[in-house]
Amino acid sequence: MDPLQLLVGGLANGCVYGLLALGFVLIYKATEAVNFAQGDMMMFGAFMTLSLVNQDGYNLPFGVGVCIAIAAMAVLSYVLEMTFIRRLFGQPQFSVVVLTIALGFVLRFIAGLIWGHEPQSLETPFAGRALTFGSIVLGYDDIVVIVVTLLLVGGLYLFFIYTRVGLAMQACSQNQLAAYYVGIPVKRLSSIVWAVSGVTATIAGVLFAAKGTIDPASGLLGIKAFAAAVIGGFGSLPGALIGGLIVGVVEPLAQFYAPTGYSQIAPYAIMLLVLVVRPAGIFSQVAQKKV
Amino acid sequence: MAEPLLVVQNLETYYGPVMALRGVSIEVNRGEIVCVLGANGAGKTTLLRTISGILDAHKGQVALAGKPVTTFAPEAIVREGIAHVPQGREVFPLMSVLDNLMLGAYTRRDRSSIMQELDVIFNYFPALVERQKQLAGTLSGGQQQMLAIARALIMRPNIMLLDEPGLGLSPKLVAEIYQIITRLNQDLGVTMLVVEQNARTALEVSSRGYVLELGRVVFDGSAAQLLDTADIQEFFLGAAQNPSATGGRWKRKKTWR
Ligand SMILES: Nc1ncnc2c1ncn2[C@@H]1O[C@H](COP(=O)(O)OP(=O)(O)O)[C@@H](O)[C@H]1O
Ligand SMILES: [Mg+2]
Repeated sequence: MDPLQLLVGGLANGCVYGLLALGFVLIYKATEAVNFAQGDMMMFGAFMTLSLVNQDGYNLPFGVGVCIAIAAMAVLSYVLEMTFIRRLFGQPQFSVVVLTIALGFVLRFIAGLIWGHEPQSLETPFAGRALTFGSIVLGYDDIVVIVVTLLLVGGLYLFFIYTRVGLAMQACSQNQLAAYYVGIPVKRLSSIVWAVSGVTATIAGVLFAAKGTIDPASGLLGIKAFAAAVIGGFGSLPGALIGGLIVGVVEPLAQFYAPTGYSQIAPYAIMLLVLVVRPAGIFSQVAQKKV
Repeated sequence: MAEPLLVVQNLETYYGPVMALRGVSIEVNRGEIVCVLGANGAGKTTLLRTISGILDAHKGQVALAGKPVTTFAPEAIVREGIAHVPQGREVFPLMSVLDNLMLGAYTRRDRSSIMQELDVIFNYFPALVERQKQLAGTLSGGQQQMLAIARALIMRPNIMLLDEPGLGLSPKLVAEIYQIITRLNQDLGVTMLVVEQNARTALEVSSRGYVLELGRVVFDGSAAQLLDTADIQEFFLGAAQNPSATGGRWKRKKTWR
């Protein structure tokens, strides 16, 4: 197989990891907690879209279904933060982490009840179509994944740099106490950050399900995305995307060139390597919090 | 006499089971500078944090211009006009000086007048003007303190709470900061509540003072009265100033054997 072909497929997969990693980083930056339910939120958002747009579901137009699922997931994430996570305010980060792991299990369980445990695929307008360049086949789904990811990451970047709310979120992540002192509604912003990462998770889920199948256990992909976030420096948005792309590209290459089975551990091997060589991640911010 | 601007009544605050404020009552009149003096651990920071809603009061009341704000969220209290200049400055380290100031104006909607206000504020902090684009984390301690005060000033507060503004600064810088505080009070009429360990410095700019000890007000009076009291620094704040820690530790070590 053409290495270039592997690269293209890997990049598209990497975009999905990158979007999930983005969700990890967003929540971590704003609240200093790691949301291990990120992958399950992706799975849940994908299933919602699936039942909205598939023919044996509500059979809505694809765009409409995706928008409804995104909105629903944003609201759900906002409410989850408000009702569960916020109660742990001031508790050790450890309890938040445990809570999000539990949340992931609950989402997985509910998804199993509603949609069953059989892998299902999302019907998309761009399925099965492809462009060919010489020996390289570029599926429409891959193109959509890459374009959507770039737009989303670019949009988020502009949001953080140029909007009042984005600036306030940055402020929360740099010094939460000071954010309180200047009158930023810190708690409401954490809910909004959860909503935003619910949106990125849903989009990641739609892209993931469009390229393959989804079942309640697909949320475990979140662990790979977590590795991607660590590789990228866990605190940097571009880093999250790059980390995702690295994991995405290495996987098929390892599958092809390395002995069987090694591709599964490749992301974690890279994560360990990065942690040893550059503990703060590839894209670590220059100034570190002291004490 | 007119109603005080800030009234704190019987305030009690806990950290878990630890009672840090044991019924504190203070008043600040409009246009005044009032100081709260106390040794390290007396509860000064706790008092200011409870007033700004960062900590919940267990009992008691905080009222601004007659309006109870005790149960308000921190951002609501800022909108009521209470600006807090925290201990240790607490700037946003990875943002420019200008962005730090703009975040100070987060609760304000009148964008255009903020720009004019910025000019007024820069008059008092010339050091910040030339460093507008610099990251706040790279400023010196004195400059960060000025930034923290400027960031509170841009909220156009009714009252400013200052938590040990001179902490960790050289005597020259402390004098400069206190001079700015006095000018802001005189020129712009900003009411100030300053908490300090350094009694003399604070009393020199204040009209009245309270002495806080282990979460209680143990003395209050005019600044002149407090300054007259036989060496206040030692009298009220002496204990923490002179810990004789090493001696204690040696004694304890001996008892282990
Ligand atoms: N986060 C905290 N958790 C538990 N106890 C605290 C905390 N912060 C302060 N205290 C305690 O509350 C008391 C008052 O502290 P503080 O208000 O910081 O004093 P000051 O500002 O006057 O130095 C001290 O005994 C201190 O040990
Ligand atoms: Mg203090």
